[in-house]
Amino acid sequence: MKRTRWTGRTVGRWAAGGALACLVGIGAFLGIAHRSGLPPIPPPKPDAFPAEMLSRGAALAAIGDCVVCHTADGGVPYAGGRALATPFGTLYSTNITPDPATGIGNWSKEAFKRAMRDGVSRDGSHLYPALPYDHYRQVHDGDLDAIYAFLMTRPAASAPARENDLIFPLGFRPLLAGWKLLFLHQEEFTPRPDRDAEWNRGAYLAEGLGHCSSCHSPRNLAGAEETGASAYSGGVAEGWVAPALNGSSPATVPWTKESLFTYLRTGVDGHHGAAAGPMGPVVHGLSRAPEADVRAIATYIASLSADRAGTAPKTPALPDRSAEAAKANPVGASLFAGACAGCHEGGAPMMTQGRPGLSTVAALQLDRPDNTIRAILQGFHAPTGPAGPAMPPFAASLTDAQVADLAAYLRSRFSDRPAWTSLETAAATVRKEDSQP
Amino acid sequence: MSVTITVNGADHALDVDPSTPLLYVLRDDLELNGAKYGCGLGQCGACTVHIDGKPAFSCLTPVGAVAGRRIRTVEGLGSAGAPGLLQQAFEKEQAAQCGYCIAGMIMRAQALLDRIPDPDDAQIRAHMQTNLCRCGTHMRILRAVRRAVALRKGTQSAQEVRP
Repeated sequence: MKRTRWTGRTVGRWAAGGALACLVGIGAFLGIAHRSGLPPIPPPKPDAFPAEMLSRGAALAAIGDCVVCHTADGGVPYAGGRALATPFGTLYSTNITPDPATGIGNWSKEAFKRAMRDGVSRDGSHLYPALPYDHYRQVHDGDLDAIYAFLMTRPAASAPARENDLIFPLGFRPLLAGWKLLFLHQEEFTPRPDRDAEWNRGAYLAEGLGHCSSCHSPRNLAGAEETGASAYSGGVAEGWVAPALNGSSPATVPWTKESLFTYLRTGVDGHHGAAAGPMGPVVHGLSRAPEADVRAIATYIASLSADRAGTAPKTPALPDRSAEAAKANPVGASLFAGACAGCHEGGAPMMTQGRPGLSTVAALQLDRPDNTIRAILQGFHAPTGPAGPAMPPFAASLTDAQVADLAAYLRSRFSDRPAWTSLETAAATVRKEDSQP
Repeated sequence: MSVTITVNGADHALDVDPSTPLLYVLRDDLELNGAKYGCGLGQCGACTVHIDGKPAFSCLTPVGAVAGRRIRTVEGLGSAGAPGLLQQAFEKEQAAQCGYCIAGMIMRAQALLDRIPDPDDAQIRAHMQTNLCRCGTHMRILRAVRRAVALRKGTQSAQEVRP
């Protein structure tokens, strides 16, 4: 058998060949990655757009929830600066007011639409997919024009972009071209002929501007949404579990288009928990979007779990085993009686207003206890105004061990699913994030 | 069942159901009547006391949850004869109208000053947001908190304490 003799000369040739291949590869990659800048324009005058276009743009922007990510806490609307925690580090949203120097004031309509569809800034640099352009490229041209008109007529605010804080080497934006090669293949929405107009309108809004699956679908290691059978099987948003919306929905009472409409419009429905965490701002946006559009979204989302709704009983048994749960968790039961029962026990003032009983709250049915622990520690604000559902925070009242006892009691009383584990550690993790007194 | 709690530095052994709200124990058993029952739902803040230095709704805190933890009430900040800084400031600004919310307001503000001795106006407003006053004296309450900050610094006369 002939053995290859690895002389110095052979190694040198291989190394030179390898280096050349690398250079060609890098060159080709940078060629793909390069996007040219588009010329700046003088900021359009406010009267450059018809009123009908502006009101349509406002409604579409509410459904897309642009203002939520593009506004810092207590900041000027659309001026950016909100920190977005991702598994890859922290991104800061940018200013999308028409300020020419720090916002999008000198962006043409073409530059705006390229950013929404291809994730490329006016100057040609790649944008991170925290801007869900994988969804926005499904939006029709005329709707993007209307959103452009709406944004270009907001009050301009000077707010320079804040430096992102990402793990190495993700600060190098040309790498995003590789991500896009792998994951950015969505096309403009086409209606399904076997579905009615309302369903198709809902699918268009939910898959496009609404970008519902950004949170409600799992993501792969590269941070791209999983599709196909995994779509809508549940994800994570800012530490909250975004429950599955497909057949594996944890809802005790199956969602219907009517209950989803009520929930999306008001933040609560009689048989499902309240909108908390990142869902609060979504409801805030939808509470002022056109009613027909919200009904269409509800119709589409309800259809995702239609298989389950078809087989599940219409009025399922609602678990509430107070005696057994108190026996198993006497400390939790006592904490519940003192801290929670005033609102959540049968006959409490809140319950007589038709608010959902805890057996129907998805947070108590999920595999992970995160939402229950977050709701207890941080509480949540009413998303639609003072009359909406709200919960006070208990971080100062209860220790991590007490939160764990309480969560264990709630799970055993109001759910048939297996007990949660490591509750105290989970409570400590959430508390660490919360620096408020 | 016996529960021992520490309020304003003094230990109290109580024969009480551990699920009893701390507010009831403070008012009915210890006769510390500063904290008030407003809504009983953690929405108004009239019952605010400190637990381990942090402001909490005592109406929603079971007494069993605070055994062995430090509780401070408005009575712990000073007395009618020797009022604390915030109490003086609230009096000077006449921040109380009916006065029902004031003990909670003062305890909420005290928690801020313990953490940030010289808060700016945005910090004061954000921090005080959870406490409600039905009479609408919020502007005076904000002035009182600013006055307490100035009193502590000892650098400004009360008249100058304006945003």
